[in-house]
Amino acid sequence: MEQLKTIGRELAMGSQGGAWAGQSKEFLDLVKSIGEARSKAEEDRIILLEIETLRRRIAEPDVPRRRMKDYIIRLVYAEMLGHDASFGYIHAVKMTHDDSLALKRTGYLAVTLFLSDDHDLIILIINTIQKDLRSDNYLIVCAALTAACKLINEETIPAVLPQVVDLLAHPKEAVRKKAVMALHRFYQRSPSSVSHLISNFRKKLCDNDPGVMGASLYPLFDFITEDVNSYKDLVTSFVSVLKQVAERKLPKTYDYHQMPAPFIQIKLLKILALLGSGDKQTSGHIYNVLSDIFRKCETSSNIGNAVLYECICCVSSIYPNAKLMDSAIEATSKFLKSDSHNLKYMGIDSLGRLIKINPDIAEEHQLAVIDCLEDPDDTLKRKTFELLYKMTKSSNVEVIVDRMIDYMISINDNHYKTEIASRCVALAEQFAPSNQWFIQTMNKVFEHAGDLVNVRVAHNLMRLISEGFGEDDEGADSQLRSSAVDSYLRILGEPKLPSLFLQVICWVLGEYGTADGKYAVSYIIGKLCDVTEAHLCNDTVKAYAISAIMKICAFEIAAGRKVEMLPECQSFIDELSASHSTDLQQRAYELQALLSLDSQAVGSVLPLDASCEDIEVDKELSFLNNFVQQSIEMGANPYLPESEQLGMSGVSNFRSPYQQEASSHTLRFEAYELPKPSSIPVIPQASVLTQTRDLVPVPGTTYYRENNLGSKLPTGPEASSADVGIKLRLDGVQKKWGKPTYSSSSSGATSAEKTTNGIGAHQDGIRSQSRDTVYDSRRQQPEVSAEKQRLAASLFSSSASKTEKKPTSGQRMPKGSDANAEKSSVARSVSPGNSEVKTAAPDLLDFGEPVPISAPTIDPFKELEGLIGPAQAVIDNSITTSGVQAPDLMATLYMDTPPSGSRSSSSGLVSEGVYSTDKGSHTAKPTPAVKKGPNLQDALGKDATVRQVGVTPTGNNPNLFRDLLG
Amino acid sequence: MLGGQLISVLRREIVEEGDEKGVNSMGIRFVLLVNKQGQTRLAQYYAEHLTLDERRALEGEIVRKCLARTEQQCSFVEHRNYKIVYRRYASLFFLVGVDNDENELAILEFIHLFVETMDRHFGNVCELDIMFHLEKAHFMLEEMVMNGCIVETSKSNILAPIQLMEKAS
Repeated sequence: MEQLKTIGRELAMGSQGGAWAGQSKEFLDLVKSIGEARSKAEEDRIILLEIETLRRRIAEPDVPRRRMKDYIIRLVYAEMLGHDASFGYIHAVKMTHDDSLALKRTGYLAVTLFLSDDHDLIILIINTIQKDLRSDNYLIVCAALTAACKLINEETIPAVLPQVVDLLAHPKEAVRKKAVMALHRFYQRSPSSVSHLISNFRKKLCDNDPGVMGASLYPLFDFITEDVNSYKDLVTSFVSVLKQVAERKLPKTYDYHQMPAPFIQIKLLKILALLGSGDKQTSGHIYNVLSDIFRKCETSSNIGNAVLYECICCVSSIYPNAKLMDSAIEATSKFLKSDSHNLKYMGIDSLGRLIKINPDIAEEHQLAVIDCLEDPDDTLKRKTFELLYKMTKSSNVEVIVDRMIDYMISINDNHYKTEIASRCVALAEQFAPSNQWFIQTMNKVFEHAGDLVNVRVAHNLMRLISEGFGEDDEGADSQLRSSAVDSYLRILGEPKLPSLFLQVICWVLGEYGTADGKYAVSYIIGKLCDVTEAHLCNDTVKAYAISAIMKICAFEIAAGRKVEMLPECQSFIDELSASHSTDLQQRAYELQALLSLDSQAVGSVLPLDASCEDIEVDKELSFLNNFVQQSIEMGANPYLPESEQLGMSGVSNFRSPYQQEASSHTLRFEAYELPKPSSIPVIPQASVLTQTRDLVPVPGTTYYRENNLGSKLPTGPEASSADVGIKLRLDGVQKKWGKPTYSSSSSGATSAEKTTNGIGAHQDGIRSQSRDTVYDSRRQQPEVSAEKQRLAASLFSSSASKTEKKPTSGQRMPKGSDANAEKSSVARSVSPGNSEVKTAAPDLLDFGEPVPISAPTIDPFKELEGLIGPAQAVIDNSITTSGVQAPDLMATLYMDTPPSGSRSSSSGLVSEGVYSTDKGSHTAKPTPAVKKGPNLQDALGKDATVRQVGVTPTGNNPNLFRDLLG
Repeated sequence: MLGGQLISVLRREIVEEGDEKGVNSMGIRFVLLVNKQGQTRLAQYYAEHLTLDERRALEGEIVRKCLARTEQQCSFVEHRNYKIVYRRYASLFFLVGVDNDENELAILEFIHLFVETMDRHFGNVCELDIMFHLEKAHFMLEEMVMNGCIVETSKSNILAPIQLMEKAS
């Protein structure tokens, strides 16, 4: 065949091929040289030269229209290859006016490629679009509608909207279809502009033409996404359409690889999934057609599998049905068992959807999942991580998060790094078996993902360290803190640490660095000073560091000891005192001021370990009441609450940005004329903020205000009065030393802390819940034959132990004993190779030396005795026994496995994974049923022209001639 | 009232993570044809209009990512907050950027449909056909995809307006 073609090419040499007629020699040359360009640099040179030529040519008077089309396409090339061709935009715009359809369409195409919808030139095209929408030639109308989809923006929608709506009734189906899509676009741009037209879209669903019907599914999908309930009535229509499509009632031309209109089927399935979600009655209508499609789907073609996958999505979204679930599970396992990576990917995704309904099905496919996890293909790996994320529970969280972190370390893609870091954090926060583990995990995340992590995570970590277990176990709390301090002092030796992590470190060292007396004050202070020197750090870190130093000094002074300043610390303070940042300066001066105070004062300014005490903010500023009273007696205006000034509820706006205060001056006047009856009753105390402003010693404030009603900017006295207001507000709140401007955002910070406290409570709730299920996995591990199976077991462990789960979770256990027993078992069982966990975890329980792993030296009874108060002595024996059994069981389980833990096993798995993927040669690409081009003559003709043009297949890039489908 | 040390440290406002998804779910965000050397042969964007520099950067990044992959690997690549579905035909790569909730296999077949359609029109379509008839390739795509949605899959319907236009001119 190849030979024949070559002969054909030789023969066709001199004949005139028609394939590229009508294009200029210059254009052909351009394409030829671009096609043969060997490097980007060469291509750039060609285009720059071309741009110069075009700049000259295009400005010549009386360029023939055909020639102009040629130029415009060359401009499109220039822009496509990354060069600015804006000098030619106007000519593209002009071309849209042309009478010839081909030129007009080319003009529209160029304009849509060149211009964004807010470009200045758009305004010149609106008129043309309007005219073309009225054209008798439906092809011109189509061209205008296509252009409208890309060029019309929110402001210009009204200019064409009525015409487009009229076109919904056009006799030509192509026009109706494009009109639907144009309206869809308008909806995306500005939902309100077409909200009155929803009935039209509903009508178009019943259009005779399948293309129009298919197009109407897109806007309907968007509407349904917005508001499911208003479209429940359409379910039967969608179902009947889908049925007809599946039964091949549509014209044959919509078939694709023997599949009837698959793209329409897929869209309908997406819509039905939305409509049936959580709605038993609606789902009932869908079951039949779904099982039909499951039956009919061809699994040998890609497109059949695409429809099948969409069915699985639909099944997992609607109200569950046992029969359909079986079909979906069957299809999923086919995907997973396939050799094709694409299908495996779909299988993993399907599995992730189905386990939401029935978590047990993951178990059957554990080995397939682990194969995917170990696969060198990044895409598959990430998808599998997504699946693992969905199936994480307290029993497997450690294995999963470990894996995630390992992977996170290995990648460079910041976007995905951020995502996987936040997933690690989410899982750790939700399922952490122990606080110790949580802190270690967070440390790793911070160390490697660094500044990509959300600030909130850092705050959570600090909160956890300061609040500890949330149980009345001070010993364990301080143990935790000391180990945190230890780990941070160790980590500080690392060369490069992200700023956010340094902040956490500084804060913890300041708060707890000297708490257990293990480290000398000067040592910690020295370390803190080193932080700012060794790491190139920003002002925030410096602020954290100096605050930490201040706290340590304060604790020392309060305890009656003398603090002598290290020289490096003194120089650090000096440096900050001269800093450009006023914040740093202030902190430095505050520290110096603090050093000279007596111990009692210092103790009340910075009390020891008080970071989790709530800070009482006297929002009402009641201490100012006398002052207010006096001033009113002296003739000042009484305060109007914000609700009346702005017409919105005021008290909650207590910490609104200060800019608002400026605007409130102008608005306040109107409030007298339009009092709101529903507004919050005037509470005199709640209003001090503005009252104080009134009372600030600026004579004639009111006078100013009345005079300046029109002007937006606050004038001098006004602004300063607002300032004083701020000062006053904070005065009683927390300023015990330092300058009054200190902590201008204190209210924000307080609320931030409060919310984190809230989260903490919530999280505790979750954790105590999850604790109940920790036992699950311990028992059911089968005989460990392969390392892979071990990993599988640690991931997929829940269901087999279900029977055990019930008694455990059924009874309310005393929190303390339960958690501790749990921790001991966790420490011993999960990832025995992970030395960090191994050594660290026992710290939580034993106050002595770390215990060797396999020997269960802690007598759980003793533990329980110590922890359970007499009031809780009623506990069932069964709990106690289960508490005893769990560690023993784990000990025996792991006794006979080699000491190499999950780490080493994982490396074994990797190599195995590589091997297995290499082994299978899966190029199971379905051979497409291609309808080849008309005949060989076509190709011959093409070749002939090519030769005339001078682009020969022997040139640099013979691929240019390769048939794409060949 | 107890000390305000935490406050002085926790001064920074907590920034909520922004929703990464675009304003509208578009389905298809872009269609990109690139040859083996990484040279762009056709580019159409649906989600938003990118500046030249943004486009250059994006195309470079994507092409590097996709061209480095082997035949056996998935035809899907995650990139930023969307996915790229790609398929190779001879020397040409067809890259389609889609939103995360799009059916990847269907997009893979959409690419094939596009190639089949071009093949029917040009006859044994090759890279050079697309280069010489860039605007026609665009017109076919315009018929098939509007607003990032696949609106036409019947080859005869896709090609009819283009054939009529050729006849008229």
